[in-house]
Amino acid sequence: MNIVVLMKQVPDTYAERKLSPTDNTLDRDASDAVINEIDEYAIEEGLRIKEAHGGEVTILTMGPERATESIRKALSMGADKGVHVVDEALRGSCVITTAKVLAKALGTLEYDLVIGGFEATDSRLSVLPALVAEATGLPQLSGARKVTVDGSSVTVERVTDTGYDVVQASTPAVLSVVEKINDPRYPSFKGIMAAKSKPVTTLTLAELGLGADEVGLAAATTKVDSFEPAPPRAAGQVVKDDGNGGAAIAEYLASKKLI
Amino acid sequence: MAEVLVLIDSANGKLAKSAPELLTAARSLGEPAAVVIGAPGTAAALHDQLAEYGATKVYAAESEEIGQYLVAPKAELLATIAGQANPAAILVASTPENKEVAARAAFKLDSGFLADAVEVQADGSATQSIFGGAVTVSARVSKGIPVISLRANSVAPQAAAGAAEQVDVQVSLSDSAKAAKVVDRVEEAKGSRPSLQDASVIVSGGRGVGSADNFSVVEKVADSLGAAVGASRAATDAGWVPHQMQVGQTGVTVSPQLYVALGISGAIQHRAGMQTSKTIVAVNKDPEAPIFELADFGVVGDLFTVAPQLADEVAKRKG
Repeated sequence: MNIVVLMKQVPDTYAERKLSPTDNTLDRDASDAVINEIDEYAIEEGLRIKEAHGGEVTILTMGPERATESIRKALSMGADKGVHVVDEALRGSCVITTAKVLAKALGTLEYDLVIGGFEATDSRLSVLPALVAEATGLPQLSGARKVTVDGSSVTVERVTDTGYDVVQASTPAVLSVVEKINDPRYPSFKGIMAAKSKPVTTLTLAELGLGADEVGLAAATTKVDSFEPAPPRAAGQVVKDDGNGGAAIAEYLASKKLI
Repeated sequence: MAEVLVLIDSANGKLAKSAPELLTAARSLGEPAAVVIGAPGTAAALHDQLAEYGATKVYAAESEEIGQYLVAPKAELLATIAGQANPAAILVASTPENKEVAARAAFKLDSGFLADAVEVQADGSATQSIFGGAVTVSARVSKGIPVISLRANSVAPQAAAGAAEQVDVQVSLSDSAKAAKVVDRVEEAKGSRPSLQDASVIVSGGRGVGSADNFSVVEKVADSLGAAVGASRAATDAGWVPHQMQVGQTGVTVSPQLYVALGISGAIQHRAGMQTSKTIVAVNKDPEAPIFELADFGVVGDLFTVAPQLADEVAKRKG
């Protein structure tokens, strides 16, 4: 069971995130960068499937140079190798272009499953795995809180408004996972040391057969025209409960015509 | 005037809360043409409700097969209809499934996808709120048809008479649209509360609630307000309530008219999911809790005395 985990390096959620005023793109240098939180769960699920069925886990990342740090972290959890698509021309790519690039990179690999995290904390689009399915023509099994592999068939549980759906496809297939699925392991010291010598291949656009005019900001399907900080909320009232706190809230809600 | 395709969500013959909002938003962009993709008979059951919110046309793509496969059939049919209708824009509600449908349709149409818009302009550009509500962005697609998902509670629905003339669309799904099969659909007891995603009022409980049993305190306030129940990550991690109730950075993002936070400290993980709520009320026994920086009205006190009193007072006033 060979698995490719789609991993994104994102700005640390707890840091201040910014758009760069020069071109309105996300300023990825402005703060510390980390593995996208839900991708850790994708990596963990990949490792569990490998432990149960054998095979290899490859980390696939499209990102700037510094993304290699995150690839090494993923390798220290136990993944076997990394593939880093890196090219200055990719800067500012939209999600659709990103999916096309990742699909091309997947074309250089052998795999039964592609697993991504459900949503990235920077963009919060939650559509990349679906777009990778679209670009590769593979089945989409997204939002998985449980994954079961049985021979060449993969089944997931996907939460819905009213309960959950059980969705099945033949491999190879593209999955995305939600936090509920597992508890990611912490890298062991041994894992961290071993990660240093695990292979990380880099791929440029030329190696993927893509032209610079097909990717990046100029080719992006969406663009930000302008941005501004959201207006700060007006300071509110805070009162100490003197036995009538609940009534005070009700009074406030009534004054705002909310009840 | 150009058509604006509006993907309609419904259940059991009733429009989802998002549908009137989307149809209203569509009117500023062109003539709303509802798109109903589902089991046979779905569109007919919705006709009058769609007419009430100004749909001039209803494209009905109906087949039993559609519900049997995940996302891909809807994306394929939406793109096919758009290819014929050549609309000024395509609007969908911002649910996880719809965003996947919309993005895949945009890919097929060689167009751009704008997610979670809080406002759409007549020229098809959209306003988005990013970084947990810290920054407001104005964005547009660079090519093709703007495919836009609209956040719940962003637009106040306004009734307007429409002809809602049904146009049947032939359904013939490709093999690749049928690659992910829904083999079982499990309905869990839903209860009568609104769903978290689009509720106008949400009451959430956090670490301060202390246990699964104690969540009844949160539920009582929610029921008095006709609200959905949400939770902070601390509460869902502790297993007090199901994960799908989590509001926050890695949970659901909400923007209701009223958000009541009970026993929630208001760390950034949670705030990122709710800080654009129109009115925020908080109860916490820690006066330093960051939630109070965000709240329009806050009470420093024990939620086990404040919350029941609040529920009673609200019930009395509604009485």
